[in-house]
Formats: sequence, C-alpha cells, structure tokens
Amino acid sequence: MSALDELARPAGDDDVVGGVPARLVAAPADTAEAAALIAAARELTVVIRGAATKIDWGVPPRSLDLIIDTRRLSGVVEHAAGDLITIVRAGTPLSGISLGSQVLALDGPAGATVGGTVAANTSGPRRLHYGSVRDLLIGITVVRPDGKVAKSGGRVVKNVAGYDLGKLYTGSYGTLGLITECVFRLHPRPRAAAYVRAQAPASDAARVREARAAPAAIEVDSASGELAVLLEGTPEGVRERSSALAKLIGGEVAEEPPPWWGVDPWPADGIGMKLSVPLSGVPSLVAGDDPVRGSAGTGVLYAAADGITQVERLRGLCTRLGGHAVVLTAPASSRDILDMWGPVPGLALMRRVKDQFDPARRFAPGRFVGGI
Amino acid sequence: MSAIQQVAGKLRAALGPARVITDRQELRTYECDGLAHYKVIPALVALPQDTGQVAAVVRACVDAGVPFVARGSGTGLSGGALPHADGVLIVTAQMRRIVEVAPGDERAVVEPGVINLQVTRAATPYGYYYAPDPSSQQICSIGGNVAENSGGAHCLKYGFTTNHVTGLEVVTPDGEVTRFGGRALDPPGYDLLGAFVGSEGTLGVATEVTVKLTKLPESVRTLLAAFHGTDQAGAATSAIIGAGVVPAAIEMMDALAIEAAEAAVACGYPAGAGAVLIVELDGPAAEVGAQFDEVTRLCEANGAFEIRIAADDAERALFWKGRKSAFAAVGQISPDYIVQDGVIPRTALPEVLRRIEELAAAHGVRVANVFHAGDGNLHPLVLFDDAVEGEAERAEAASGAIIDVCIEYGGSITGEHGVGADKARFMPRMFTDDDLDTMQLVRCAFDPDGLANPGKIFPTPRLCGERPGRHRGAMEHQGAEVF
Repeated sequence: MSALDELARPAGDDDVVGGVPARLVAAPADTAEAAALIAAARELTVVIRGAATKIDWGVPPRSLDLIIDTRRLSGVVEHAAGDLITIVRAGTPLSGISLGSQVLALDGPAGATVGGTVAANTSGPRRLHYGSVRDLLIGITVVRPDGKVAKSGGRVVKNVAGYDLGKLYTGSYGTLGLITECVFRLHPRPRAAAYVRAQAPASDAARVREARAAPAAIEVDSASGELAVLLEGTPEGVRERSSALAKLIGGEVAEEPPPWWGVDPWPADGIGMKLSVPLSGVPSLVAGDDPVRGSAGTGVLYAAADGITQVERLRGLCTRLGGHAVVLTAPASSRDILDMWGPVPGLALMRRVKDQFDPARRFAPGRFVGGI
Repeated sequence: MSAIQQVAGKLRAALGPARVITDRQELRTYECDGLAHYKVIPALVALPQDTGQVAAVVRACVDAGVPFVARGSGTGLSGGALPHADGVLIVTAQMRRIVEVAPGDERAVVEPGVINLQVTRAATPYGYYYAPDPSSQQICSIGGNVAENSGGAHCLKYGFTTNHVTGLEVVTPDGEVTRFGGRALDPPGYDLLGAFVGSEGTLGVATEVTVKLTKLPESVRTLLAAFHGTDQAGAATSAIIGAGVVPAAIEMMDALAIEAAEAAVACGYPAGAGAVLIVELDGPAAEVGAQFDEVTRLCEANGAFEIRIAADDAERALFWKGRKSAFAAVGQISPDYIVQDGVIPRTALPEVLRRIEELAAAHGVRVANVFHAGDGNLHPLVLFDDAVEGEAERAEAASGAIIDVCIEYGGSITGEHGVGADKARFMPRMFTDDDLDTMQLVRCAFDPDGLANPGKIFPTPRLCGERPGRHRGAMEHQGAEVF
C-alpha cells in the first residue's frame, strides 16, 4: 500500500480551494511521511493547506486532486534561547509558539500557521523594526514536488553557505513544494511598549523618522485620519521617547493601539489588496480617494476595493509612485475578471524556476503569478 | 579562430580595445582575489562601463560557450572571483557611479563598482548610512557584497547585505538584462532577489543595486572590556544577550590577535588582556544610556579587569582600529596565515574555543581568534611559516578541522566570506546531495549551460534537465596553482 493510500481520505464538503473541490485530503505527521506521501502522489495536483486562514488568497487552482493538510506537522522542535533561534514545524499556529522572554516577530491572521505565514509572506506593523519573513527565516526544510527532502540555511543566523532557498519559498504560495520545518531568528521581548496616536497626515511619518526614536512601527489609516507609532524598549526609554514623539506630531500616548491597528481593511467576502510604494509615495497614496491602511514606515499598505475599477485605480497609482499592487483575495464572483497579480517583472525567470522545481506543474497550479 | 579570440574580437568592437585585456602580463594582475593562494590567469579581462557593455560581454561568452567570472574590487576571501583559465573575467570596478541618493525613500541606487564606504559617505549628509560594514569596507565593492551577501561587525543588530538590498538590475547568464525588486518592498512573484544575493556570481552579474539607507542613530556608545581569558569574555557575551540587550556589535579578540593588532597598529589595548570585547550600542539616547550601564555591569560581573568607554568618535575609532585591522595585522607576527570563517551557535563558544586550542596544539600551529562573538561567527587565523617544510599542510589541516568542528556543533562553513572556490569541497559535509541538488535547480533555471562562475560553491555541478551532454567538468578550478 502506498503512502497515499495510507494517509489520504476522501475530501469532505469543506475541502475546497477557491471554489475548486478536492478529491482527497492527507495530513502527514512528519517530514518523512510527507516525503513518502508526495512521492506517491506524483500523478496528482496538490494544494497545501494549513489553518486555511488565507486559502482564498491567490487565484483558484486550475485543478485539485489532493489537499495536503499541515496541521499534524506541528510543534516547536527546539527553542535555543541563548542562541536566539527556534525550530518550528510548519503546521504550528503562530499563536501557539510560546518563547518566554523572546518573540518571533511574525504576523498573520488569527490562527495562521507558520507554514502559511511563510508561503503567503504576510507581515504586520512591526515589520518596520523586525523585518518580514525573509529577514527572520534562517533555515528551511521542504519536500520538493518530486518527493525529495531538501534543506537550506541552518540554525545559525550568520550563514552564507549555498543558495538561500528560504527566500525562494517565502511568498511562493505552495507552488514549489511543501514547507515542513522552519528555523527563525528571535528577538528579546521588549520590556515596555507604548503607542503614540495622532490625527496627523501620513507625511508626518517622515518627521517621526527624522526624530530618530527607533519606532517599531509607524502605521496610518486614511479613513480615521490617524497616524500611530509603536515604541518598544525599556520602561524609562519608552516613556521618554513616546512623550517626545507625542509632542512632535501633536498626539497622545496610549497603552493600547488604535482599533484599526494591524486589522485587514476588507470585509470577509470582499476584495483585499496589498499595496507597496517607495516611502516618498506614501503620503500621495494615503491622500487619494481610496481608503488605505498600513505601514508608513515601510511603504507596505492594504486596501479594500469594491470592484475592478477601484483595483485598477489603486494599481495605477502605486505603479506611478514606483511600486506595485496585488489583489490578495477576492470573492468568487470577481476572480475571473480580476488580474490578481498585475504586471510581474522577471516573470520569464520565475517560470524557469517553476519548471525546474515542478516541471509537471502539479503544485498549486495556476495560483501564482503569470499562471504559475 | 579559438572561442576566446572570437570573444575578444566582439568585445573590442563593443567596448573599445582599451577595455579588453589579453596581454599575458596585464592579465596577471587579475590572477587572484583576496584569497591569494589560488591563482588562475584568465584568458581575457573585460572592463565594461555600463549595463549594456556587461550584457554584450555575457552575450559574447554565451555565443562562444566561454565561461565568465565577475569581479568587483577583488577583496573576497573565498576565491569567489578566482578567474577561469579559459574564460572571461568581467571586472565591474569601472562602474562606480552613485546613481541617486534618495533619503525620502531611504534608498540609494549605485553601480556595482561603488565602494561600500562611499555609499555611507554619500548618505551621511542626509542623516543616513549604509549598514552592512565588512572590515574591508574602504575597498570592497557593493557588487561584490551582493555576490557574497557580505556581513560585518554590525550585522548582529542590522543584518547582512541581503537585508539591505531591495532592488537589482542583473545581466542573467543568457545575456538578458532584468530587474528584481526596486525601491518598494515585496514585489510580486518569487523572491529572485533573495536567491540572487549571496549566489557568488553563479546566477549572473549585478549591474545596478538599490540599497536601503539606515537612519544614523541618535546615540552610539562603545566600550572596550579586558578579560583574563576568552571564557570570561564569552560568559559576558552570553550575559548581555541573555539580558535581552541587542548591541549593534559584540566583537572578541584573544591574546594572540591582540598581540598582532598591537604590533601592527599600536591600538593600545589594556596590557595583560587574555581577551578583549568591543561592545557597541546604538539607538535613541533614552534607551542606549540605561542599556550601556547594564552592559558595563555585566562585563564587570563576568570578570572584566578594565573597562574603557569611548569618550568621542576618535577613541571609538581607535577601539575599532585594532579589530578591523586584525587580519592583516597577523602578518606582523607570522610570515603566513590562513583566515578561516566559520559559524557556531553562540552558546557553544567556550567549548569550541577549547577545541580550536587542542587542534592547534595537535597540528603544531598557532591560532589567533578574532570573531563576531554576538552571532558566533569565528575568524580563526591559523599562523604558519611556509618556509618550514610541511607547516603549510599542517595549517591547512588545522583550518579544515576547525570547519569540521563548526559543522559538528550545528554551525556553518562560512558566515560571511562565502564558499567560493575554497570551500566547495566542504559543502557536502553541511548539506545532503538532495540539498545541493535542490539549490542547483535554481542554478539550472538561471544558467543551464553553467557558464556563470563555474566551479564555485558546488563541488559537483548538476546536469540541467533539458541540456544533456553539455555537462562541464566537476572541478573547474582544478587548473589553479595552489600554494
């Protein structure tokens, strides 16, 4: 009996990806089992699913035989506090990783798994200070579409031996194989934190940067007209820095973030967009007709769109400002008419990468850029 | 007409005769990079001035089936820019224009031949700097930094080149000009920029680099702490990290490295120190002050017998002078030496230093230790005298054994110098065949003919699927004189 026969069960009513029902679902418990499963599933099209918090992101798959459910690939393998690293299995929920006096500074929707966070490359307000997945991921273990297990990086932060495959898998939407284990660098948990909230234009973010207060996040929300800054550090330091910043931008110091902080601006069945522009373009983006929300410190913001016209308007604006815009998620009714990814420089090389890793195009077929 | 003659003809037309070197004596200038015991004279050196000329060189190489190697300032320490005897060396040193400093975007756009420190100099008037600071920053190029994913003393807090490059213009190994990323973050599609940085010239030639600029910190405080031995200095490092402090840098030197630095640059470190730590904190003044007091206290608690605090920039520069000149300084106390670059989990530091001491004794050589203690990146300097029969071999053996210890403790064979020609043979000790094969899938996507810097990183090149029969030799640099 093959690993596929052993592990797979018939799909249920909920085993649907972007409106496409699967035939089978399998949940391997470790990397070896996942490798055996994938080797046995060589004829099947596959979509990988963690907690399914972003299963409606990306384009629906062209075909779907097997869902690989990662939730049994779960748990913290190691937390080496003295080395400021942790090794975590891909199906572990981000919220289920307890690291004591340290933090893994990644953000995703409530319940999101580590693997889903890496594969979709989600980030939150704190990416200004801590970076995003690509900055925190220092090692990765994957199962390739042909069933071979490969790792790159390692368990030390400083390491330039070989290609950094972790970066290639970050944001690859499951098109290059299954991520089973990740190694992350950690940061000390800040002893104190405070928010400075102000009714202020996004251009004030530049004044915040000039102040050299080393904020962990600078967020804007155009609907409320608010600018909010997160400061982390020692209790005395945070007190001093936050009151100086509050004075600078005419705001108030608060213990809690504003209600919109880190919250996706789109409704459950709406069109959600990720916008990215050079920092100098953030004020124009925020001052536009379309409500946007996100990081004025990094130029990565989010918006809800009500239809194709608004998507194209926002994309046009971001492109003019020297950036880009992608549709993360859209209701089934709009997916066929929307260009989810927009223009993608370097697409020819990306196709060649896909062809090397997954020549039969079985993993998440069609979900990624350019129909990859 | 030979393949290289064909290439030479095309390049003289495309670049002008003055930018194409084929004279054997002139070619000798380029026979090695910073790892001088590997030497190969290239068949031709091209000195392009812009992206179009780089693309013309690569296309000429592709048409003739000739391998090419890119080189910036030639300061690399793993032989990454070691030429190919039958190939073209593309020297980007003449592409040294700072295209734009855009403080409003916190970016600078530079050509690959621009020197690392020049980026900081160009950004400083705007209150910014370029964070990655390899010790060679006064001479190494940004293009080389991209190829090697260079680090530096301050990457403990700020990360490496890969964390500070947001856009690249690249000539791919088929001679096409393409762009990855730009000033904005998270471009759609695969992170090919992330794959390219640190690929040691095997995926193409970077012709323009967009880097992040970092705001100059409000406050910088630096101390030099002297200990009786490396165990105490290591314990102090652990205590600092354990207290939740993230210094900009924690650097350690042992007695022999201090002796060398004193002989070379008279840095005036405390007499009788068995180890010194340089700890630098930066950030908002409101945070740095309190953390600096804590670091001082932790150094004292772990046996520091003297702590000096830099009163001004001049004194800080003096602290760093000893550290940053340490590699070359070793030349003052030993006729020859090997610079090793390995990484261990930081907590294994005391054990690994003891193992290095044992290895040195067993091989009859001396080892000076200089390292980035905060992130476990060791730079053991293995001292030897080539004039003494067999000593070079013993030094080489000790150096290799140190790398095996790094692997044994779950570390890496290189933290910042790269694999290059020097360490390809160690890759199978750190990675399985499948790991290496998977990395080379990326290589095959970019460079199916294996023309871009062949023989580096991978001990055995992969046969790229759709081009059977065009497999090139496994050890491309085997013609190198090694001495």
